[in-house]
Amino acid sequence: MADILIAMTALGSRDAAVVHVGPLTVTERLDVALASVAVRRGRAKDLVKAAKAVGLPLPAPARYQAGKIFGAFWVAPEMWFAEAPLPGHEEIAALLKAGLGDAASVTEQTDAWVRFDLAAPDLAPLLERLCNVDFPGAPDGHATRTVIDHLGCYLIKPGPGMARIYGPRSSARSLLHALETAAASAW
Amino acid sequence: MTQSHRIEGGQIDRGAVLRFTFDGLPYTGHPGDTLASALLANGVRLMGRSFKYHRPRGVLSAGSEEPNALVELRTGGRQEPNTRATVAELYDGLAAQSQNRWPSLRFDALAINDRLSSFFAAGFYYKTFMWPKSFWEKLYEPIIRRAAGLGSVSLQEDPDVYDKGFLHCDLLVIGAGPSGLMAALTAGRSGARVILADEDFRMGGRLNAETLVIGDAPGADWASAAVAELASMPKVRLMLRTTVVAAFDHGIYGAVERVSDHLAEPLPGKPRQVLWRIYAGRAVLAGGATERPIAFENNDRPGIMLAGSMRAYANRWGVQAGERVAIFTNNDDGLRTATDLQAKGVDVVAVIDSREGGALLPGIRHLRGAEVIDSAGRLGLKSVTVRQANGRTEEIRVDALGVSGGWNPNVNIHSHHRSRPVWDASIAAFVPGADGPPGLLVSGASAGVMSTAGALQTGRDAAMAALGLAGAAPDLPEAEDAPVRITPLWYVAHGKGRAWIDQQNDVTVKDIKLAKQENFTSVEHVKRYTTLGMATDQGKTGNVIGLAIMAELTGRSIPETGTTIYRPPYTPVAMGTLAGRSRGREFKPFRLTPSHHWAAEQGAVFVEVGNWLRTQWVPQAGETEWRQSVDREVLATRRSVGICDVTTLGKIDIQGTDAARFLDRVYANTFSTLAVGKCRYGLMLREDGIVFDDGTTARLGEHEFVMTTTTANAVTVFRHLEFCRQCLWPDLDVQLISTTEAWAQYSVAGPNARRLLEKVVDLDIGDAVFPYMGAGAITVCNGLRARLFRISFSGELAFEIAVPTRYGDALLREMLSRGAEFDPVVYGTETLGVMRIEKGHVAGGELNGQSTALNMGLGKMVSKKKDAIGVVLSQREGLVDPDGYRLVGVRPVDPAGKLVAGSHFLEIGADPVAANDGGWLTSKVYSPHLGCDIALGYLKGGDRKIGARMRAVNLVGGTETEVEIVSPHFFDPEGERLRG
Amino acid sequence: MIIHHPILGPRDAQEFVYLGDAALIDRPDGMTSGIEAFHDYAYNRDNPAGTHRELWFHEQGDRSWLVVTRNTVTHEILTVELARDVARARGRST
Repeated sequence: MADILIAMTALGSRDAAVVHVGPLTVTERLDVALASVAVRRGRAKDLVKAAKAVGLPLPAPARYQAGKIFGAFWVAPEMWFAEAPLPGHEEIAALLKAGLGDAASVTEQTDAWVRFDLAAPDLAPLLERLCNVDFPGAPDGHATRTVIDHLGCYLIKPGPGMARIYGPRSSARSLLHALETAAASAW
Repeated sequence: MTQSHRIEGGQIDRGAVLRFTFDGLPYTGHPGDTLASALLANGVRLMGRSFKYHRPRGVLSAGSEEPNALVELRTGGRQEPNTRATVAELYDGLAAQSQNRWPSLRFDALAINDRLSSFFAAGFYYKTFMWPKSFWEKLYEPIIRRAAGLGSVSLQEDPDVYDKGFLHCDLLVIGAGPSGLMAALTAGRSGARVILADEDFRMGGRLNAETLVIGDAPGADWASAAVAELASMPKVRLMLRTTVVAAFDHGIYGAVERVSDHLAEPLPGKPRQVLWRIYAGRAVLAGGATERPIAFENNDRPGIMLAGSMRAYANRWGVQAGERVAIFTNNDDGLRTATDLQAKGVDVVAVIDSREGGALLPGIRHLRGAEVIDSAGRLGLKSVTVRQANGRTEEIRVDALGVSGGWNPNVNIHSHHRSRPVWDASIAAFVPGADGPPGLLVSGASAGVMSTAGALQTGRDAAMAALGLAGAAPDLPEAEDAPVRITPLWYVAHGKGRAWIDQQNDVTVKDIKLAKQENFTSVEHVKRYTTLGMATDQGKTGNVIGLAIMAELTGRSIPETGTTIYRPPYTPVAMGTLAGRSRGREFKPFRLTPSHHWAAEQGAVFVEVGNWLRTQWVPQAGETEWRQSVDREVLATRRSVGICDVTTLGKIDIQGTDAARFLDRVYANTFSTLAVGKCRYGLMLREDGIVFDDGTTARLGEHEFVMTTTTANAVTVFRHLEFCRQCLWPDLDVQLISTTEAWAQYSVAGPNARRLLEKVVDLDIGDAVFPYMGAGAITVCNGLRARLFRISFSGELAFEIAVPTRYGDALLREMLSRGAEFDPVVYGTETLGVMRIEKGHVAGGELNGQSTALNMGLGKMVSKKKDAIGVVLSQREGLVDPDGYRLVGVRPVDPAGKLVAGSHFLEIGADPVAANDGGWLTSKVYSPHLGCDIALGYLKGGDRKIGARMRAVNLVGGTETEVEIVSPHFFDPEGERLRG
Repeated sequence: MIIHHPILGPRDAQEFVYLGDAALIDRPDGMTSGIEAFHDYAYNRDNPAGTHRELWFHEQGDRSWLVVTRNTVTHEILTVELARDVARARGRST
């Protein structure tokens, strides 16, 4: 498709960044498509039905839920962010719109965010230096918006020893710097 | 030097030797020492000079309450003034300097102040330096600051970093003495998440300073075992060197952890300190108590210290404060020091007990009903004068005196929500009162429970109550349970000289008397008049004595007199700790535009716009001055084509079946009539009728719009739209999401804009498909989805093209290379500004939060046919004045004349006074197109003054230019170019 | 301060932006109300020492506008409601 134009990552590179600090590995994810899905007035039931048909989970507040193709997390009352593998879902908004019809408002969000996946046996010493989320006390599947280094981010806890951060794309460099310095301080 | 005063015992590691210097002289100590204990071990008693009178001072205490032994620690950028030697943990290589003395600690020239003390009593500054007023700032204050003061700062940048962090727990226990340890054990054993924080580098509190036994083990050993048990619990976090400094609202506590203060320098990447914000379900304050002295004449000499501290130096640090020691006490706790020291073989010469009667201490000269009335020894204590019960005075040769006036519960944190402590006569001290911070319980000595057994019990009970634990309470070990026996004595009335209450601020008994004489009798007035209780120690040792004396002088009881209360922080917090990482280039995060990397390669100059770094201009080889670059960018754009990254403008996706209706409500002009595939300029008002923001909004579908906002207001507009959607019209079918960062957006402007774009787009973008104000989805470069808007901020034929952000860099490079034949320039915010002013578009200088649509010449845009935010109040009498400000263009009569933004309009010949002010120049640029300065401005009745001549007067810069008032549309007023 | 968000539970007040008196929900209708009514709406506020209903926006959260009933003297928070529910209860709709 757009083979003429070469994508640049949020960090100004062609390749995903992988950073190791002590026990922590930070992996930039370039392979995720993202779109917001919001219920139209009075269409909640229709959306639930349509979402089921396309395999889009609609998790409860503060929750992330994985699906076969689409994962999703709650971001606001009656609004979710849907994730899908970028290959095959480059046009995630159009795909979802086709499936959900006029029961939802769908907006492409893929390039609005940079995503960093964090992995370490225990992430608490890192995250307690970054945000006010009670990460050790949060259940698996917890998803919340929080502030990291003044930046509004989404923090997801998919399972033990893992965290996903969606941060504002334009500040990717500042966000990664904050992760690195906090990690150096923590370990 | 040998450690001449080191005795046996103590919790120090004698196997290791630490070297350190004080005022350049070398000494040794051991791990486990504080700077104060190590100096005392080396026989150093003189540690500082007092604040006002430059009196020689030694150490008074063994904790964070220390008023005297303040030193500068470290050197260079790490130099830190006013650190308390009593809590500075010794490390190898530590360098400390005494402060507030010149030329040396032993000989201090300003000790002359002490001789002149009668001039320097309380209120001296207020009375003396009143006149003339202007002398205060320039003359008096600098001199006083030099003479009276604490330590100095290096003025070098601190090389260390400070972190901030967030912790969560069910129970926060403040203080790890017997009560705090018992509370933490009780909570930890129940499975709760517990944080136990203590300011010391060793947990145990007073148990480390006493010889008391708990169960069948020494108290310190019991504490070690308790700490070991707590350390084995995965949900318990032990925080050493961590001071809880504040109780905020709703269970939030502030704490400072000194991660690296006990090291010469922090380990790589590690912070010096961390400021923790602790979210605690409940908290227990087990902060212990602080001993207070008794005021008597010359009670401030080095060698005179608190009795409990003297005991701590002996028991915890293996240090005897002197070779011949006496104790002066009004309570039983002071007697403990005598017994403990004697047991360690220290020569306890006498115990001066102000109380009559009672049991005699065996084997010690115990003088009952006696008082210390004076002392001698210029740089250190040589003797004390004792007045015995029978009135006889006697000089006793001692080099150390331990004083105990009783113990004050550390209620500070309990007062942080303005709870007033209440007087407990049974222990002669203030204890926590009602209405403390919700969720905070107090136990042990902080609660006025002074025995070890009481501390353990109240600690356990507080934890159980805090967590609502049912069932059997954990057993308590046996411990000392002595009652408090005290007969208050605040100051010794005998003696004519000065008796010190607040040693940090050099406040004496006489100062309190003077305050009373001048009718400053309320505790708050006493504090401010005498400075009692100010500065780094916040009166931890002196406050209660001061107000007790005031009570006595005024014939009131202590409860009637009352007490001042405490604010955060409990102990001083360094500014660097509060700043955290937010300093220098890390003050805030940056936002980079999609073209940032390309621009950086070109050597572009960037400007900070909020957090964004935007290209300001892009210099080319040979351009040495910014105007050369900007003029070239403007002319090249108007001649052929220019590209500008406008990604920073806010973009908000607005969908829903009521989206058009919603836009009609939030914009002053109408959007429901906008056709799909078109965009329109929108003017957004605040409810008070003032212009809030502007931008273009495109209709991409029947129920789908994309709004743009100014860069500065992207966040506030979004917030406002959510307010309108949720609070004003909750049932409108509207969904909002920001897409600012999702799309890289470029403005392509100039006569060749379309031709250049045709090189990259896949479809026809001719005038028929994309007429002026057309908008829609297209594809570029062989299929990449994109959006195209035919809008212009420059007055040129112009488009804005958007692609997914990750392709923004490539699209720019592609446009430049494919369109090379048109010699495109990339322009920055300066050129953007020049072209919009040439075209008369309003921006920052005009959207100043004070101006209406009418002021901007946009009054006709405000539709009165519908209800929209701000429309009603925009029609207020004061805002529709025909003589009010109107946007005008301004050019100098002499084309070489200079304009200055901010200059005021004056009629020719009018005096430059406010009454003649006609308005001001809001924005000014040099127009390379017109070859002169041009400006926009708000001029009273300006729409009727086109063609008039006025003066633009800048009184600040002292310039004045004769100007002609013109239409704000300097360039292509008919708009032929942008429709072309 | 901690605000007990009706959907998300306890959240630090640092995540919110404060607007002011919840009376801002009661916006007059622009087609039927005059300048006087809007003047009251835009400018006139009570300034109670005690219970105060006020609007907070969860900007660094789920973007909900909340009505927080707070004691301005003690900072005690008595109730927290979604502003949208409050607006509907006060008869606001479209």
